[in-house]
Amino acid sequence: MGRYVVRRLLQMIPVFVGATLLIFLMVNVMGDPIAGLCGERACDPATAAQLKREFGLDKPLWQQYLTYMGDVFTGDFGTAFNGQPVTELMATAFPVTIRLTIVAILFEIVVGITLGVVTGLRRGRPIDTTVLVGTLVVISVPVFVTGLVLQILLGVEWQWIQPSVSPDAPFGELIVPGLVLASVSLAYVTRLTRTSIAENKRSDYVRTAIAKGLPRHRVITRHLLRNSLIPVVTFIGTDIGALMGGAIVTERIFNIHGVGYQLYQGILRQNTQTVVGFVTVLVLVFLVANLLVDLLYAVLDPRIRYA
Amino acid sequence: MRGARHARWAAGAAAMALAATACGGGGGSGGSADGVLSSSWGDPQNPLEPSNTNEVQGGKVLDMIFRGLKRYNPKTGAAENMLAEKIDTSDSQNFTITVKDGWTFSNGEKVTAKSFVDAWNYGASLRNNQKNAYFFGYIEGYDKVHPGGGSQTAEKLDGLKVTGDRTFTVRLNQKFSGFPDTLGYAAFAPLPQSFFTDHAGWLAKPVGNGPYAIESYTKGSQMELRKWDAYPGDDKARNDGVTLKVYTDGNTAYTDLMAGNLDLVDDIPAAQLKNVKNDLGDRYINTPAGIIQTLAFPFYDPAWNKSGSEKVRKGLSMAINRAQITDTIFQKTRTPASDWTSPVLGVAGGFKEGLCGDGCEYKPAEAKKLVQEGGGIPGGQVRITYNADTGSHREWIDAVCNSINNALGNDKACVGNPVGTFADFRNQIGQHKLTGPFRAGWQMDYPLIQNFLQPLYYTGASSNDGKWSNKDFDRLVDRANAETDTAKAVQTFQEAEKVVRDNMAAIPLWYQNGSAGYSQRLSNVALNPFSVPVYNEIKVG
Repeated sequence: MGRYVVRRLLQMIPVFVGATLLIFLMVNVMGDPIAGLCGERACDPATAAQLKREFGLDKPLWQQYLTYMGDVFTGDFGTAFNGQPVTELMATAFPVTIRLTIVAILFEIVVGITLGVVTGLRRGRPIDTTVLVGTLVVISVPVFVTGLVLQILLGVEWQWIQPSVSPDAPFGELIVPGLVLASVSLAYVTRLTRTSIAENKRSDYVRTAIAKGLPRHRVITRHLLRNSLIPVVTFIGTDIGALMGGAIVTERIFNIHGVGYQLYQGILRQNTQTVVGFVTVLVLVFLVANLLVDLLYAVLDPRIRYA
Repeated sequence: MRGARHARWAAGAAAMALAATACGGGGGSGGSADGVLSSSWGDPQNPLEPSNTNEVQGGKVLDMIFRGLKRYNPKTGAAENMLAEKIDTSDSQNFTITVKDGWTFSNGEKVTAKSFVDAWNYGASLRNNQKNAYFFGYIEGYDKVHPGGGSQTAEKLDGLKVTGDRTFTVRLNQKFSGFPDTLGYAAFAPLPQSFFTDHAGWLAKPVGNGPYAIESYTKGSQMELRKWDAYPGDDKARNDGVTLKVYTDGNTAYTDLMAGNLDLVDDIPAAQLKNVKNDLGDRYINTPAGIIQTLAFPFYDPAWNKSGSEKVRKGLSMAINRAQITDTIFQKTRTPASDWTSPVLGVAGGFKEGLCGDGCEYKPAEAKKLVQEGGGIPGGQVRITYNADTGSHREWIDAVCNSINNALGNDKACVGNPVGTFADFRNQIGQHKLTGPFRAGWQMDYPLIQNFLQPLYYTGASSNDGKWSNKDFDRLVDRANAETDTAKAVQTFQEAEKVVRDNMAAIPLWYQNGSAGYSQRLSNVALNPFSVPVYNEIKVG
C-alpha cells in the first residue's frame, strides 16, 4: 500500500512538468500581453520595455519557463498585472471554489446516488421512467441555460435567493450555484448507479444474502450498494477536478469570485502567471483526487489489493 | 445502513438550508446600510495609482477619492478651478500655479504645492512604470526622466519648481495654451506623503483628498467608500457612501438590479438594451459621452496610401448606413458621427455637426463610383479587424460589411476579421500586421478638441496606429496649441480637422453614449462626459 502510494506520487512529477509546460506554451502563443495594458493606444516603448523586463518577458521562452518553475518550487507563483501576487489571488479564489465544489459533490452523492438506487431497484416502474426522462433533459440542456433560468426564476421572479453571490460566498448562497454546477454530473451519477444496481441485483451474492434471511435494507446497503459504487466513485473522483476547473460558466453567471473568475480574467488579459499558476494547482488537485479514488477501490472491494 | 441514514440526513439539511436562504434572500433592498448605495464595478486592470490608471473602472474610484487642480463640470465638461486658486501664464509656456488654502487629504495631511510636484515627478519617472507617464510629456525635462530608450538621466522634471508652500511653476517644452485645461485628468492628482513612504500600504487602501474615503478594499471583489465628513470642497457627497461590487458579467449586474440587490448599473449590457425601457422606465439614462468609434487605416501599407486612396476611403465611408446600424444594433445608444470629435465638447469647445459633409452620409450609388475612381479596393476585399472578446463588436462590424457589400453590389467586398483577445489585437496593430482597416475607439482623456485630434492623427502620436502623416495637419495643430486665445485655438483645430476630412484619414462611425440604470431608492443620478456616474450628487432614499 505504502509503496504503491509512493510510486503514484512519483508518477505525478512528469505529469506535472508536462502539464505546466503545455499551459505555459499555450498562453505564450497568444502573444505579447503588455500591448493590452495601455487601452486603445500603443504603450510608450520605454515603459513597455521595462514592464517586459520586470515580468521576464524579454527572455527566451525556455528560460522564462525554467525561472517560473524554479520560483514555483519556492512557493512564488509570480505577480499578476494588477500588482497582486498570484498566491494572494489563489488564497481568495480557492476557498470559494472549494466550497462550491463541496456543495456540488454533496448534491451528486446524496441526490445522485439516492435516485440511482431508487430507480435501479424499481426498474421499469413509473418512477424509473420519470427520473430517466428527467436526467435526459438535464444532460441535454447546457449548463448556462439551466443557470440563467434558475437565476431569473428564483432570484428575480420569486425572490427566493439573491441572483448573485456576495464576496464572502458562504455555503448558504452557494446552494443554487452548486446545484447548477452539479446538474449534469448528477444526472450521470444517477444513471451510473442505476445501471450498476440493476445489474448486481441479480448476482449470486445478493441472492445468498437474501437467502440468509438478512433484512432488505442491510442487503441493499452492505452488499448491493457497496459493490455497485465502484464505477460511481471513479466518476465522482475525476469529477472533482472537472468541477473546480469547469466552474467558469457557473461562476460567471452567479458572479462568484473563485477560480473560474480568476482564470477567465487571466486569459482575457493574457496574464501568464495567473493562468499557469491556477491551472498548475488544478492539475495537482486532479492528480490527488485520482489517487484517492484508486485507494478507495480497496476500501470498497477487499479483493483489490495494492502492493 | 449507516450510509443510507447519513444520506437522508444530508438531503434534509440541504433542503432546510435552501429554505433558510430563501427567507433571507427576499425583501432586502440594495443589501447595504441606509444612505449607502451599491454600484456595479469591474476589477481595475492596473494598480490604483492616479498616473497608472487608464481605464474607466479604476477611474471611477479616482474620481471619488481625488480632486485635482481643475475639475471637469459633470454637466458641461468645462474645466473649472478646483484646488487651483489661479493658474497664470503670459506666454502659454511658463505657468505659475497657486493652490487653494485649507485643503487636506483624508488622513489630515495638508495639500501643498509639494503634493502636486512629487506626484507628477513620480508619474513621469520611467522607473515607476506608470502607464499615463506621457501626460507629463509636455513638461520640460521629460526626455531625461523618461527617455525613449536607455536609462533615465534625471530623477525629477526640470520644468517643475516649488516656489512656496502653495505655489509652484511649470515650464513646458513647447507652447501649449490648453495645458491648464488638461489638469483635471486623474494623472495630475496630488498625492500624500504616505504614498511614497508606505507604497504597499497605500495601494492596499488608497488615501486621497476627494469627497469619499475608502473604508475597506477587497481586491478583485469589493470596495467600500464612505462620505468624508471633513471634506473641504463645495461638492460634498449627498449620500453616506458607495459600495462598489465587482461583476464579471454585466448581465448578472443587470439581473441584480432587477432583483433589488444592486442600486446602480453603469453600463447596460447590449443584450438588455431592448428590455431596458420596459424594465426601468425613467430610471434608465442614456447620455452622450466623450467616445467616438472610427475605422482606422494602415497608412504604412502603400496600397492604402497612394494617390486616389482617399477616394476609396471616402467611398467606403459613404457606403455605411450609420443611422440604420445605430438604430437596430445599438438601440439609439449611439449617434451617427458627422465629425471627428464628440458632442460633449459643445459647439464652443469645437464640436461641429456636419463638418464631415457628404463623406459621412449614406449614398450607395456615389460610394460605388468613388471606390471605382480611386482604383478599387486594395486586394479586392476589405478585411476589418476587431477584437471579439468584449463589447458587441462582431455585430456592428458584420453590419458595416453588409452595408458596404450592398452598396458596392459585391458580397465579397468586405468581411470581418476577428482577433481573440484585446491584447493580441493591440499587438497586431503595433507590429503593423494589418493590411486593412481596423476598429478604433477613442475615449477622451479631457474634454478638449485637441485630445480628439493630436493623439490620433499627429505624425508619430501615441495613438496614431495607422501611422497617418500630413504636414498641413501637423502645422495647423502646432499653431492651434500656441494660440493663446481659446476661441481662435478651437477654430484652428477645426481647420486641422478639415485636413483629416479631405484625406478621410479615418472613417467616423458614431458617437457613443453612456448608459446606466438605477433602483427606486436613488434619485439625481447622472453620468459625466466620461460616462462615469456622478456619485457625489446621488441622493439615496
